[in-house]
Amino acid sequence: MAATATTTGTPLPAAPRASVHLVAPSPPVERSRGAARLDPRLYQIAALAGLLVYGLLWLDLDVRPVRAGVVLAVVLLTQYACTRAWRLPAFDPRSVLISGLSLCLLLRTNSTLLAAAGAVLAVAGKFLIRVRGKHVFNPTNFALVVLLLFGGVWVSPGQWGNAAFFGFLLACLGGLVVNRAARSDVTLAFLLAYGGLVFARSAWLGEPLAIPIHRLENGALLIFAFFMISDPRTTPDRRLGRVLFAVLVALGAAYVQFRLFRTNGLLWSLFALSPLVPLIDRLLPAARHQWPGPAVRRLA
Amino acid sequence: MKRPLLFAVLLAAAAAALPARAVLAFCGFYVGKADSKLFNQASQVALVREGDHTVLTMANDFQGDPKEFALVVPVPTFIERRQIAVVEKVLLDHLDAFSAPRLVEYFDRDPCLPEPPMMMAAPAGGAPRSQAARTKDLGVKVEATYTVGEYDIVILSARESNGLETWLVENGYKIPNGAASMLGTYIKQGMRFFVAKVNLKEQAALGFTFLRPLQVSYDTPKFMLPIRLGTVNAKGPQDLFIFALTHGGRVETTNYRTVKLPTGMDVPLFVKAEFKDFYKAMFAEQVRREDMRAVFLEYAWNMAWCDPCAADPLTRDELTKLGVRVEENRPTFISRLHLRYDAAHFPEDLVFQETTDQENFQGRYVLRHPWVGSGSCPEATRYRGDLTRRQEREAQTLATLTGWKIEDIRRKQQGVKISSLAAGPAGTPSADAPRPAEPPWYSRVWAAVANR
Repeated sequence: MAATATTTGTPLPAAPRASVHLVAPSPPVERSRGAARLDPRLYQIAALAGLLVYGLLWLDLDVRPVRAGVVLAVVLLTQYACTRAWRLPAFDPRSVLISGLSLCLLLRTNSTLLAAAGAVLAVAGKFLIRVRGKHVFNPTNFALVVLLLFGGVWVSPGQWGNAAFFGFLLACLGGLVVNRAARSDVTLAFLLAYGGLVFARSAWLGEPLAIPIHRLENGALLIFAFFMISDPRTTPDRRLGRVLFAVLVALGAAYVQFRLFRTNGLLWSLFALSPLVPLIDRLLPAARHQWPGPAVRRLA
Repeated sequence: MKRPLLFAVLLAAAAAALPARAVLAFCGFYVGKADSKLFNQASQVALVREGDHTVLTMANDFQGDPKEFALVVPVPTFIERRQIAVVEKVLLDHLDAFSAPRLVEYFDRDPCLPEPPMMMAAPAGGAPRSQAARTKDLGVKVEATYTVGEYDIVILSARESNGLETWLVENGYKIPNGAASMLGTYIKQGMRFFVAKVNLKEQAALGFTFLRPLQVSYDTPKFMLPIRLGTVNAKGPQDLFIFALTHGGRVETTNYRTVKLPTGMDVPLFVKAEFKDFYKAMFAEQVRREDMRAVFLEYAWNMAWCDPCAADPLTRDELTKLGVRVEENRPTFISRLHLRYDAAHFPEDLVFQETTDQENFQGRYVLRHPWVGSGSCPEATRYRGDLTRRQEREAQTLATLTGWKIEDIRRKQQGVKISSLAAGPAGTPSADAPRPAEPPWYSRVWAAVANR
């Protein structure tokens, strides 16, 4: 399973301005097996869009269609503008659509302006904050955390019914099968580590099994595991590095939730630990991930 | 303060491209409320949260012999005497009444008269008006004992759950089977136990015949409410009302779905006489639809005002007694959460978060009294046709909301239609609801002439 929100289908040429770090030329890239195979992101877009429509119609998700439309439009526009500014050969809407849809599903605010700001942050963040040509933060995670720090927004992790959870879980697992799990290692490692921590803590406290199961039946956890931490563009290049990173993020999330007693431990943990990825890549170098398939529309 | 607030609501609505109903919903006359007294086995909790500072005020509907009353609440920190208070039940009753789902009514205008300019009701209300070896053997430590009002309170910490259970049993507390393992999970989290029973002498001296709510305050990052202990010996599901008072905005549960109660629906006129039954049936139906796994938001509002008001906003003094640090220019926001729970559907304690959502929400149901004039203008003919369809829609809405049988609803609707006609054009308004002025006789004559 590969994942969310990355840049375009082609590697970036040297950024024209304001790139935070640009230390060395980009390392060689790894094309997902069989470039002719269906882009896994298309399946992800369908799964997230399906969940969003279900949420809007049946889940009382507190997302307004107009605002969701604004977020999606702004991510596409920002991607287009950045594609021009960085003189990329093609505009590719797929990755940003995943970021936009994830943002629609997780971000709650009463301000359309803040929602739009989140969309800009998500896309611009990945162009501006780069190390060795690889963006540091997952776009959705970056936008959510910056807005949470700024105020005026919140994330509702508990707004998922059982039906939505299990339906979405099936879709996510289906995605693993459909995409033959190009980078499912990070998702699986994270779920095993985080699930293990939640079960272990409950076992230590003597809580009935229903409690850890209830804690893991969470739609936000699925979006995080299958669409955020799994982002092949922001996780370490070597498999060992990815597993290490996933376990660290799980430990961080459990620390925020069970020691600091704060919500959104997953988001805070991923944000805080993402800067470690360049370091892990330096210690455990490997070929960089590259999305399959040609870009959608060549720029004139 | 009132006007800018309404203006802010309008502005926010416009900015967010909200549908117009969010603003129109503020008009109407309040005629009834359905408070928490309707529910058996109901507890009320006021939960004030400012940063990590938490003030918990707990009331329940305990009806038995005060000798039998005991309360065990896990608390995250040691509790000093000054952190405990006994408050008047009337405070929680006032919160309950202020935030209860409400019924409002409108009266259809004469369709033959020209459309009047749209008037908005101004927000009402104002700013907040202002035994020692044995105990040791059991691994239980009595950290403190206090007598507060009519209660004897013990703060306990324990090393293991069996010791704590034995201590409680030996000290006259009836602990249901299965509670020990639950106590154990709280012990391992380093929590203390706040244990209260009634001091009969003090109660007699104070002259109270009922138990007043207990209030305890502490500082903790844990924004949660322990509900698991209460499910051990519960006879069926229980109702819990949480009145969360914050300064930032709406409070929601992070480990359960928080669902807004259906609101703003037009319902048949007979609901007025049966509003309490309607609310109970509607709540039960919503609980069923959510498979009893959701917490319902029934009210979310700035405490400074209300529209329509089910009760006056709480005074500054009342808010202070509930533990709110009232300051000028820092409004208090109330979130009324209602849940029906048992161990199977709510396995975990409730965990909350305070959002920055300051959008007002209320459980509100609308009665529309038909115009029953004798006008025969084309608009009147069209109105009567629309009315029949509208009344059927109201019946369908009521059936969907409550799960009541549509045939029963239609039958009752017929009954009210007849009595409503007999009662005259104003229908069956409450004594205190403002009635629209009858149009003068000459306007009816004029309409009749004009339609000829």
